[in-house]
Amino acid sequence: MQYQADVTIELKSGMLDPEGTTIKRALEHLGYETENVKTAKKYTIDLQAENIHAARENVEEMCQKLIANPIIHNYFISLREFQ
Amino acid sequence: MSIGIVQFGGSNCDLDVLHVLKDVLGVDAELVWYKEENLKRFDGIVIPGGFSYGDYLRAGAIAARTPIMNSVKELAEAGKPVIGICNGFQVLTESGLLEGALTTNNYPKFRCEPAFLRVEITDTPFTSKFRKGEVVSIPIAHMEGNFYADESALSGLEDNDQVAFRYVDKNGKVTDEANPNGSQENIAGIVSIKRNVLGMMPHPERASEEILGSKDGIRIFESMVEFISDH
Repeated sequence: MQYQADVTIELKSGMLDPEGTTIKRALEHLGYETENVKTAKKYTIDLQAENIHAARENVEEMCQKLIANPIIHNYFISLREFQ
Repeated sequence: MSIGIVQFGGSNCDLDVLHVLKDVLGVDAELVWYKEENLKRFDGIVIPGGFSYGDYLRAGAIAARTPIMNSVKELAEAGKPVIGICNGFQVLTESGLLEGALTTNNYPKFRCEPAFLRVEITDTPFTSKFRKGEVVSIPIAHMEGNFYADESALSGLEDNDQVAFRYVDKNGKVTDEANPNGSQENIAGIVSIKRNVLGMMPHPERASEEILGSKDGIRIFESMVEFISDH
């Protein structure tokens, strides 16, 4: 089966996000007041797997071994069958 | 004695380190392309600065997972000295050889300037030629040098005297103003628990000749060379 995973990597809460802070300030210059702006990265991964559980396990492993740095990141995986 | 300098695609301080080791110190040193998998012939390794793999994903993340790093780990486990400078420090944390992570500077800008460092420990293969508490000048050049470790890792580093260098003012005081990137506890460099792996953001190879304005950096390489000769 063909699957597509959207992997979102974000900084753990409490970590400094200088890019988010800069964007928040720029929004203020445009007149938008925000509580907080956080940046995140999204990776879209297409892969083959026997079933959705195997696909999730596989992507989970990729996140732990390479895509995220567990010291500073949280990650979220959203997975769907893909034609 | 032979020291290997690992080259990844995007390394750019490799030739400076080679120059310092070969031409200034007169030591046998050699560039090693990252596709080589066996580093057993070397007595020490330098992972130089630069932008390996364009800093894609995270600074040092891709380089840390190349096969040559398995061989670097084996050398480190065997007690041989391994030093990672700037991007090399990022590679060492990403590969798990050193604790913590290096994240974007608190003011997210590339900073290239002289920095004062305080030498915190001298019982390592890289700092034996310094006095404890000595203030030295070695320049920085980075955008991701903000050292972060979780609470338990950080207290472990402090308790085991693994912090090698801190950013200080010219009088040796740890201050926020002297901290160029927001690093916890002004940390500029750390060693592994066995002390034979050093990662540091400042560039000792850029402070190794009189003409460069400081010769403080060369003592790191001299310490390393002496350690290798003695072992």
